[in-house]
Amino acid sequence: MREPRQLVSMVVAEQQFGVRIDAVRDILGFQHLAKVPLAAAEIAGVLNLRGRIVTAIDLGRRLTIERAGTLPADQAMNIVVDHRGELYSLLVDRVGDVLTLGEERFEADTSSLPAPWRSLAHGIFRLDEALLVELDIERVLALQPVG
Amino acid sequence: MDDLLSEFLTECLESMTVLDGELVRLEQHPDDPELIAGIFRLVHTIKGTCGFLDLARLEAVAHAAENVLGKLRDGEMAASRAVVSVVLEALDRIKEILDGLASTQAEPEGDDTALITALDTIAATGARPAEPRPSAADLPVVVQAEATEPPPSAEPQPAARSEPSAVAAVVEPDAIAAERSPEMRSGAGAESLAAQTLRVPVDLLEQLMTLVGELVLTRNQLLQTVRHGSDPALQSPLQRLDQLTGELQEGVMKTRMQAIGTAWSKLPRLVRDLAIEVDKEIELTMHGAETELDRQVLEMIKDPLTHMVRNAADHGLESPDERSRLGKARKGTIGLRACHEGGHIIIEISDDGRGLDTDRIAAKAVARGLVAEADIAGMAERDLQQFIFHPGFSTAETVTAVSGRGVGMDVVRTNIEKIGGSIEIRSTKGKGSTFTIKIPLTLAIVSALILEAGGERFALPQLGVVELVRAGGRSEHRIETMDGMRVLRLRDRLLPLASLATTLGLAAPATGQRDAGSYVVVVRVGPRVFGLEVDRLFDTEEIVVKPVAPILRSVSAFSGNTILGDGSVVMILDLNGLASMLDAGRGEADRRQTMDERVQKDERVSLLLFKAGGGQQMAVPLALVTRLEQIEAATIEPAGGRSVIQYRGSLMPLADIDGRPARVEAGQRPTLVFTDCGRNMGLVVEEIVDVVEADITLELRGTGGNDLGTAIIAGRPTQLLDVAFFVNRAFGGWFAAEETEAFRGNDNRGRHVLIVDDSRFVRTMLQPILEAEGMRVTTADSADRALRMRDEGQAFDLIISDIEMPGMDGFAFVENCRTGGPWQRTRIIALTSHATPSDVERGRLAGFDGHVGKLDREALIATLTANHATAEVL
Repeated sequence: MREPRQLVSMVVAEQQFGVRIDAVRDILGFQHLAKVPLAAAEIAGVLNLRGRIVTAIDLGRRLTIERAGTLPADQAMNIVVDHRGELYSLLVDRVGDVLTLGEERFEADTSSLPAPWRSLAHGIFRLDEALLVELDIERVLALQPVG
Repeated sequence: MDDLLSEFLTECLESMTVLDGELVRLEQHPDDPELIAGIFRLVHTIKGTCGFLDLARLEAVAHAAENVLGKLRDGEMAASRAVVSVVLEALDRIKEILDGLASTQAEPEGDDTALITALDTIAATGARPAEPRPSAADLPVVVQAEATEPPPSAEPQPAARSEPSAVAAVVEPDAIAAERSPEMRSGAGAESLAAQTLRVPVDLLEQLMTLVGELVLTRNQLLQTVRHGSDPALQSPLQRLDQLTGELQEGVMKTRMQAIGTAWSKLPRLVRDLAIEVDKEIELTMHGAETELDRQVLEMIKDPLTHMVRNAADHGLESPDERSRLGKARKGTIGLRACHEGGHIIIEISDDGRGLDTDRIAAKAVARGLVAEADIAGMAERDLQQFIFHPGFSTAETVTAVSGRGVGMDVVRTNIEKIGGSIEIRSTKGKGSTFTIKIPLTLAIVSALILEAGGERFALPQLGVVELVRAGGRSEHRIETMDGMRVLRLRDRLLPLASLATTLGLAAPATGQRDAGSYVVVVRVGPRVFGLEVDRLFDTEEIVVKPVAPILRSVSAFSGNTILGDGSVVMILDLNGLASMLDAGRGEADRRQTMDERVQKDERVSLLLFKAGGGQQMAVPLALVTRLEQIEAATIEPAGGRSVIQYRGSLMPLADIDGRPARVEAGQRPTLVFTDCGRNMGLVVEEIVDVVEADITLELRGTGGNDLGTAIIAGRPTQLLDVAFFVNRAFGGWFAAEETEAFRGNDNRGRHVLIVDDSRFVRTMLQPILEAEGMRVTTADSADRALRMRDEGQAFDLIISDIEMPGMDGFAFVENCRTGGPWQRTRIIALTSHATPSDVERGRLAGFDGHVGKLDREALIATLTANHATAEVL
């Protein structure tokens, strides 16, 4: 049995996702990004967070979510996570509440998810009104190297 | 104070401070083996270093103490309180001597006989000497432990003398104490030294750096706010804040930098001692000691460097006898060289010893199953040499105390790769080996040019930047397009151009904007020079290179990223990465060639490929072509059986590839313009194909035609144009430059010629030409190397030297030769690519006897043949 845990919830193209709160370092509004040419398509750019360079990942692209229209760049929110000492930012449409979710709502079987998401998810939480996919940060950040 | 001594003291005093605490524990747990081992190590280190620094007193005490500690550690003796007390005395004494050293830089006067005798007695007999009483009040634990003893007094203890195990030589503890001089008791010296240097964890520096970064950002915001407001009371303090922040930032950055010389400082001594140990004569030369690199990086390469220098001394160099048998100077040379290059730090460790024995390496590689015997034959020398980086691979026949234990180059390589560096070896059997270590500026601070391309800003380390040019549009520097390839005409050179935006896959600016001209950053990567087209240029800025996140590391175009003063993040361009991307972006044929080049990428030459003589592909080094022109058929005029056109205010003769006056029926024809002493001449060709960077392996022809030989370039057999021959044949009569012919026929046989040129291409091309004339040819790839030959006593009939060489240039070289020494009167000819009259004059003043154009076979041989006259051709 896993303890109830706290997730920061977020929305990408109307779908709810969550990451564990202890991985999250910061939540920022729109940030100007410097592009990184030739990098993987998921990499939106780099930004400066109080003197540290943060690599921003377009979570929508990472999850291969087809958007109806492109999200205005200046509306993206940054969820900054710490992964092995490096800071990464997940670009999302909206940041939701911090949720404390019990085990009884958890579903470890991810086979019901769209294929690209399965390998990136820990599992699914059944919320009252919707489903929330808990992301595995490690795998989300394990981009295939390009070039 | 001597750096070595001061470093030694800092280290010892630091350890002693740690030891103070340990000593108390030792008193309480006299038989803690770890504790004893720790103290042993420290004393051992002190003893060892003393020998280097010639500190006899310290060494004697440390040596005696080490003996006792060794026995304690090995359990040969029990750590009785009495023994411990004497050890403590010894440690106190060491500390006193260190203190003395720190304040006076010399060992204080003093007599340690009593103490040493006491220590020796214990070590020799395992016996407890007289129960020493605490000799100083600074040993409170001793006092406490000996509470049952009578209170300390100045009187000698009769009981101690009657101790059964005591030997006659046992010395009174008070006598030991009496050896101390009063000024030695003061710790002032130690404190002042300790205050000079501090050890700070790198993490802390990193943290400081981050904080300073934030401070800079806050300051910038503040400045912006105040600029909009108008409170004059704020202006002055803000200005001060601005300045202080800048200085603070600079200071914190500096804390992390150190000259590589600090890592080298111990090497001269090391080499000297090694030379004695292995019975060789060795000279250590060091260049670029001031090259700064990050402290952390420095620490990481210290050991590999030491190891390689040891290797060079032990295995690389031959014994003096062997060297003189081989005709080398008895004294071997180990060279260390450091410089910044293309955003990297390059460190070279070279020796002029026996070089790697590839046969032995091959045999060993087969024996170890690293490669099949059948494959050895097909392996390039270079690949064979790489085996020395395999774990446990050592070719030393004997394991010496110095090296050869098989923990060698693989560890070196691992350590260097750990910090993102690389190591390469170049070695010629009998000539020596050179290891080149390349370390990225991962943590270093560099001055970088900030520029914009495709709407993004980037930082380009200033080190790779040759110059900035405004090109195209109405600028005097025109940009040409040759078969889709853009080339910049810069003074007398043609430079291949690449658009940074396109290379990075960013949208290039609209054509209209481009027509208005663009900025070109001329950059140098190794021997290559090319132009990067950018949209805008900003300032240069000192930047702290931060490594990119792991998920971005595969992008070779960038060496890191950084935060600029205004708080924005920019990527730092990696010129090496860009250059290889540009190569990869070329056609399929070229790609195959690039792979070949990877095998031997020593040197590449920019070649202009063109078609002439009925579709034959030909090449000419770009450096020899002055300009490219489109010649209009109608503008060609016949004159005295020749074809000429009006060109830049004078008549320019035109010829076709066979040296005949050019005939153009109609339309335009591309023309290569060559310049010789201010005179232009045009070679009309059929088509300009491309500009390529290629490594040429030339198959030379025995007799002259208009080509020097054939090479495979861009997948096709290509003739390399012999510019001088062509110019002579096509235009020789025109300029009546045949006087050189007069020198033909003299006998060159047996003359010994030295070619000094950093370009392998030139060396390999000249050598066969001269050898075909019956001369003996020796080559040197740098002026330094040539001078070393001189110092080794080699003599030549003639020396041909390049002018532009990295390190010492040709002018400095010839000046050096003329100042004295065996080469003072040797004939020295300058080898130039395009000499202007002022260059010629400068060369003459520097001491050259004449000059001759590169790739100019005729003139070269004429020049060499001329005994006294000074031939100046091309």
